[in-house]
Amino acid sequence: MSKFAKKKSGDLPAVSTASLPDIVFMLLFFFMTVTVMKDNSLKVENVLPNASEIKKLEKKDRVITIYVGPPTQEYQKLFGTESKIQLNDKFAGPTEVGDYILMERAKKPQELQNVLTTSLKVDKNANMGLVSDIKQELRKVNALKVNYTTYDGDAFNNVK
Amino acid sequence: MARRAGAPEVNAGSMADIAFLLLIFFLVTTTIETDAGLDRMLPPIEPPETDVVIKQKNIFQVNINKNGQLLADGELINLTDLRAKAMGFLENNGDGSCNYCSGGKKDASSSDNPTKAIISLKNDRETKYGTYITVQNELVGAYNDLRNREAKRLYKREFTEMEAEYIKQETPASVKEELKEKITAIQEMFPQKLSEAETSTSGS
Repeated sequence: MSKFAKKKSGDLPAVSTASLPDIVFMLLFFFMTVTVMKDNSLKVENVLPNASEIKKLEKKDRVITIYVGPPTQEYQKLFGTESKIQLNDKFAGPTEVGDYILMERAKKPQELQNVLTTSLKVDKNANMGLVSDIKQELRKVNALKVNYTTYDGDAFNNVK
Repeated sequence: MARRAGAPEVNAGSMADIAFLLLIFFLVTTTIETDAGLDRMLPPIEPPETDVVIKQKNIFQVNINKNGQLLADGELINLTDLRAKAMGFLENNGDGSCNYCSGGKKDASSSDNPTKAIISLKNDRETKYGTYITVQNELVGAYNDLRNREAKRLYKREFTEMEAEYIKQETPASVKEELKEKITAIQEMFPQKLSEAETSTSGS
């Protein structure tokens, strides 16, 4: 019997994978802490411009987001390639922005309603005309605090 | 058969698979948020009750046309020169009342002092958003550069750094109080008066 039980001395021991779960859990926790859940799927192209003089938007509960950009591939047949506004999960015209802001504002707790920021996530190839229309609508509903959301980077990359 | 001491070990070989599954789930359902940008205040829609008379020399007019060309104070300039030109205008110190404007040229035809200087930004409807942001960035940068310089001189810290610490939620209230005082002091030295006029219609 001992003849079979005896191991060959030249055999390499197997690499222990006991710590693999720990490593994967570490990765998991990393991603859980640095990311947030997608709240809506984007229907527009959204390549933000770069800027260097940026301020961080703290407190996520005080932010209302408006997306602007050309519709993505699958929606181009229906909506063309001209830039569109996306509110929540659907395309909208500039006139609907005011109602949307008021609706979102009503959903927030009373004490936050006056300190809301509107985050404009606009594709860098969009025209200013549409953005100006949005700004005009925001002024009408007195949502004056806006944040042009951008990536951190050299601003001159936008014009190349 | 003799019983072995202790409970049998649970096989943890599939633990890694379970963790991977969770990891992949989080990878696909979440995004890394881009939550930074240029903070701006829009002007209220009702016009002010009294008409404020502003001298033409206190206004720094920036125009962007649909091709992304820049007209600053009547001159066609490059985007890269905008920051320096705006800074020169802001701390021009025409009436000599600003004792911290170290780089002021005291040009009589430019702004009186930083508290009166206004930058007005106009754009065409067909201007690219990217260009607009670059211009905004440069103008905000001009203010920040001046504020940083003064903050460094007075408090040995950068203004933008103090501001970032002030916004952070983790900063204790006592530190915030102190920071707020310093921040308002600097802001009063160089108040950010950046007006965004309504877009002009293209063509004509």
